[in-house]
Amino acid sequence: MTENPPSPGATIGAAGSAHVGASTLSGGPSLISGASVRRGDRVFRGLSVAASASVLAIMAAIAAFLVSEAIPALAKNDANFLTETKWFPDPSTPGGPVIFGIASLAIDTLVSSLVAMAVAVPVAIGIALFTAYYAPRRLARPLAYLVDLLAAVPSIVYGLWGFFFFKNHLGGLVLWLDRWFGWTGLFHYRPSALPGNQSLFTAGLVLAIMILPIISAISREVFVQVPRQNIEAALALGATRWEMVRISVLPFGRAGVTSASILGLGRALGETLAVALILTQVYDINLHITENGGITFASNIALKIGEAENTGTGALIASGLVLFVITLAVNSVAQLLIRRSNVEA
Amino acid sequence: MAKSIDVSDLNIYYGSFLAVEGVSMFIEPKSVTAFIGPSGCGKSTVLRTLNRMHEVIPGARVQGKVLLDGEDIYGSAVDPVNVRRTIGMVFQRPNPFPTMSIYDNVVAGLRLAGRQPRAKLDAIVEKALRGANLWNEVKDRLKKPGASLSGGQQQRLCIARAIAVEPQVLLMDEPCSALDPISTLAIEDLIQDLKGKYTIVIVTHNMQQAARVSDRTGFFNLSAVGKPGRLVEMDDTQRIFSNPTDKRTEDYITGRFG
Repeated sequence: MTENPPSPGATIGAAGSAHVGASTLSGGPSLISGASVRRGDRVFRGLSVAASASVLAIMAAIAAFLVSEAIPALAKNDANFLTETKWFPDPSTPGGPVIFGIASLAIDTLVSSLVAMAVAVPVAIGIALFTAYYAPRRLARPLAYLVDLLAAVPSIVYGLWGFFFFKNHLGGLVLWLDRWFGWTGLFHYRPSALPGNQSLFTAGLVLAIMILPIISAISREVFVQVPRQNIEAALALGATRWEMVRISVLPFGRAGVTSASILGLGRALGETLAVALILTQVYDINLHITENGGITFASNIALKIGEAENTGTGALIASGLVLFVITLAVNSVAQLLIRRSNVEA
Repeated sequence: MAKSIDVSDLNIYYGSFLAVEGVSMFIEPKSVTAFIGPSGCGKSTVLRTLNRMHEVIPGARVQGKVLLDGEDIYGSAVDPVNVRRTIGMVFQRPNPFPTMSIYDNVVAGLRLAGRQPRAKLDAIVEKALRGANLWNEVKDRLKKPGASLSGGQQQRLCIARAIAVEPQVLLMDEPCSALDPISTLAIEDLIQDLKGKYTIVIVTHNMQQAARVSDRTGFFNLSAVGKPGRLVEMDDTQRIFSNPTDKRTEDYITGRFG
């Protein structure tokens, strides 16, 4: 049950009330762990259980609050919350129609984030591979350090730079895309409209710059952990550098790169200020992504919260809940993908 | 198929550290040569210079000549990738490509050389797996991951992968040190079979193994920690283990080392 110390009296005094139990008949010290050790374990377990429980409690409280705030607004909505594109939650005349929905928010959020992913992920993987396997050693260390450093800079800084840079320099690219890829519809651009530098495409590019360092830093971290024996297996077969990367490094890093990308996607989905700066607010679904306009969940909340009244606030909270659910869904899908690729490996 | 290896005045460095000094040796085609010696004596390092795998380690470099049938593999016009396609290697720990099936593991080296017709690949897979004494155990599950095999089977898969490209020389770096005695026996039998076709060089810590499988044995030693390793002597295996020329070899063989 408990230890049997050589001098029972001293132990009882030291261990205090935590020391429960009777001395046994044997004289030597027992192998069963002493009360003091178990007390440390118990305190630590208590602390960690409390910490995790408080996280769950806080999350539950937040969810409950959001739902309770959102429900009254949703009940007053005269439009379909899921298919409506307009956002007029507070009627200008009392008793007027309450109209708001997330259709354009959801589409624009997803489109701008997908543009960001399409641009950022390949470039980030390229940077990670270069710093991990191609750069000369003297260059590789400072480069890796730099990428880690860049990942730690708040994304709004890149957002601002991208915003001011693309404002003046994107027109040519947009026209070029229209000329060669306009037939896809995606890059179709009406020349009569304003130059497309306040479009979902611009927002996507700025988001790409924001999420590039974090994806690249994590991917590099994964790539350098490829076991030496996997790399040598490929090289000893006569693989070139690229072939070695293809058959040893990329399969090993796939799960990690997926996680990194999802982390980047999470940032892109939730990014508020940069997107709010760039997009001209248009509550409409326009799949010509180089044309101006668009509004995302986060930018809509940031722009509308100041003027929102009762129903307006509830409506914004409801839209926030949807963003929460989308992010959760994206993460779950990513977890599934990672788990499956791990099982294969 | 098999070719000879002629090493002369080989100095091997890790950065500025001279790890192995002044190695010269001649290895006959279609023979098994064993490298033995205490840990840190540079036997694995020498092995890795024979297919230019040494230089994969950052800062590692080599001085001297290694001739493969008279052609210097360290010549300025020689592409290390081609050297490694000619001289296969099996490592200490079995290292099949973890995401590939058994089949894809065997043909990995061939696919590097370019696209091949399916029927030809099928034939090569069977031939290589038979050559590695693995065919009967895996023929019904070629699509299963290579990592699903036991350690001994994985090592034989790695041998199949190495011989599928029909190399001139096969280097083995302690191929049995991670395996149980039964798997070790299977690999040793395999080495005897492969001898008819390939020049084989094997590094081993196990002196009985060297005595069992090799025709010739090289004993490496280093005078002190931090000093470069040297090839003390190289001779017919029988002679090394019965009547070595050098006192240090005898001390090592009889366990009176140090």
